[in-house]
Amino acid sequence: MAKLVVNQEKVGNIQDMINICPFGAMEEKNGELQINSACKMCKICVKKGPKGAVEYLEEEKESIDKSLWNGIAVYVDHIDGVIHPVTYELIGKAIELAAKINHPVYAIMMGSKIADQCHELLHYGVDRVYVYDDEKLDRFKMEPYTAVFEDFVINVKPTAILVGATPVGRQLAPRLAARVRTGLTADCTILDMNENTDLVQIRPAFGGNIMAQILTPNNRPQMATVRYKVMDAPKRSSIETGEIINCYIQTEKLNSKVDVLDIIAKEKEQFIESAEVLVVVGRGIKMQEDLQMIQELADLLGGQLACTRPVSEAGWLEAKCQVGLSGRTVRPKLIITCGVSGSVQFTAGMNNSDQIIAINKDENAPIFKTAHYGLVGDLYEIIPNLINQLKVGKGA
Amino acid sequence: MNILVCIKQVPDTNKVEVDPITGVLKRNGVESKMNPYDLYAIETALRIREETGGTICAVTMGPGQAAAVIREIKKLGDFDLILCGKQTTDGDTAQVGPEVSEWLNIPCVSNVSKIVEIQDGAIIIEMDMTNDIEISKVQFPCLLTVDKDIFMPRLPSYVKKQETKDREITIITLNDLDDKDEKNYGLNGSPTQVQRIFPPEVNAHQEIWNGTAVELSNQLLNKLQELKFA
Repeated sequence: MAKLVVNQEKVGNIQDMINICPFGAMEEKNGELQINSACKMCKICVKKGPKGAVEYLEEEKESIDKSLWNGIAVYVDHIDGVIHPVTYELIGKAIELAAKINHPVYAIMMGSKIADQCHELLHYGVDRVYVYDDEKLDRFKMEPYTAVFEDFVINVKPTAILVGATPVGRQLAPRLAARVRTGLTADCTILDMNENTDLVQIRPAFGGNIMAQILTPNNRPQMATVRYKVMDAPKRSSIETGEIINCYIQTEKLNSKVDVLDIIAKEKEQFIESAEVLVVVGRGIKMQEDLQMIQELADLLGGQLACTRPVSEAGWLEAKCQVGLSGRTVRPKLIITCGVSGSVQFTAGMNNSDQIIAINKDENAPIFKTAHYGLVGDLYEIIPNLINQLKVGKGA
Repeated sequence: MNILVCIKQVPDTNKVEVDPITGVLKRNGVESKMNPYDLYAIETALRIREETGGTICAVTMGPGQAAAVIREIKKLGDFDLILCGKQTTDGDTAQVGPEVSEWLNIPCVSNVSKIVEIQDGAIIIEMDMTNDIEISKVQFPCLLTVDKDIFMPRLPSYVKKQETKDREITIITLNDLDDKDEKNYGLNGSPTQVQRIFPPEVNAHQEIWNGTAVELSNQLLNKLQELKFA
């Protein structure tokens, strides 16, 4: 068991040490420096503090044999056989990670009557698709799906498992992690692979102000969830490669204490999170009627209209169209902001967009610090011009 | 009906920054508050108790007690229903609910957006799966994580605070647990370890364009064409 030991005589200025700790885990008690339970063992105090002030003592821990765990598995997220696109993005990442350690890539799919879908997966470069096809797996249910996943882990022993952070993945992954007594890092934005097969899991913490790099050094499998549109999907190949392996599990393991009584389709809504192009209006828009102009631009670019909080609070657009920490987080390929000043709460919800273009009259607007291309000018002059040019382009 | 609600204290702000040179976090006096999502779990528990009667117990963990409680909820008694908020605002992982249900070997449903009916031995709920709603019957004992807005949380009341000020708060420490091995709890027991923290990368490429409206819209059109959006 590793621990930190404070050598009081080497501490020097206690307040300096307290300031070093990013987690507020150091405090002064009776003139002595103490480490409290907020400590995350980041060891910054060991590295940045006076030499020897805080020591990291490691006790020998029985370590696992990592060579027994082989391959990177991707959970095939689907509802009623419709594969969620995050699956392909994770396959793309898994192929990249596996190449670094010369491991195979697996897909694991559980469901009912899913033979076609498994063949589809073979177009994306996986080495093996493990399939559990059973009527009882028709619809996601925590208990049977966990039982199947556990069966896969025990028999295949993958070193790492990637799961999409979808409504299914966010329930299934933690239940499995607890079942097989391993760690899980949620919502990773960067993944890498060390030579010793340790998966480097990087995720934002504290509302995205800090990135944390996390390892699962002494447990296998290593598990991570990743949100949709974070990784890049590979191109679909016209030929199938790899093989399909049919797996079976005792049917009594598939019982559940949850009975699905009914499934009601929600109204098909256009979610701004799934748009590839977003045009966002902010307070620079003077009247609700002017939204038509912005909507026309969004239509011409094949995108959707979104807004900032003041516009949604004014009731000009629905709350579900609002971008920002108190609205939706978006990561489109292109986002054009029109008359948006760019508050922190807004930019935190869109600053991972691939291309950010901002139009604002005020050259000092904070949005220009976030934008890749900033147009200092009046949207009421620029956008009608642009719309006309786009129309001419379409007509030609 | 015996209901248990899991709650957590979280930092009152996430406005923290890392100094890019020293790697040290800049803090401005971080205060704690109750995880806002847990208020919905508490409100759900209160509504269910109003309908069925019974007791509500709240459990939390924090400095001094570490993660110990999670594995030992059973010690607190037999619960029919355990309620959690959808996630915390500091970790955002949404994994504690499902993990607790696994440790207790009880069914679990996340994203619960509505309590439809409470029956003898089971609860009927709606689960929000983004594109559709699943209506499910879940046998007790079970764990549910409830969505924001399942009910409007009531405001704290001074009268209630006075009424309940003598209620017992039980503190559970390592010594109260069956497994007293410190290595199995908290950071030492965690399979995941934070290796380092660093500030997020910022997209370095930036251009500011000035000019007349026509020049700017031409420039924008060219850029959109170059990026294959027009």
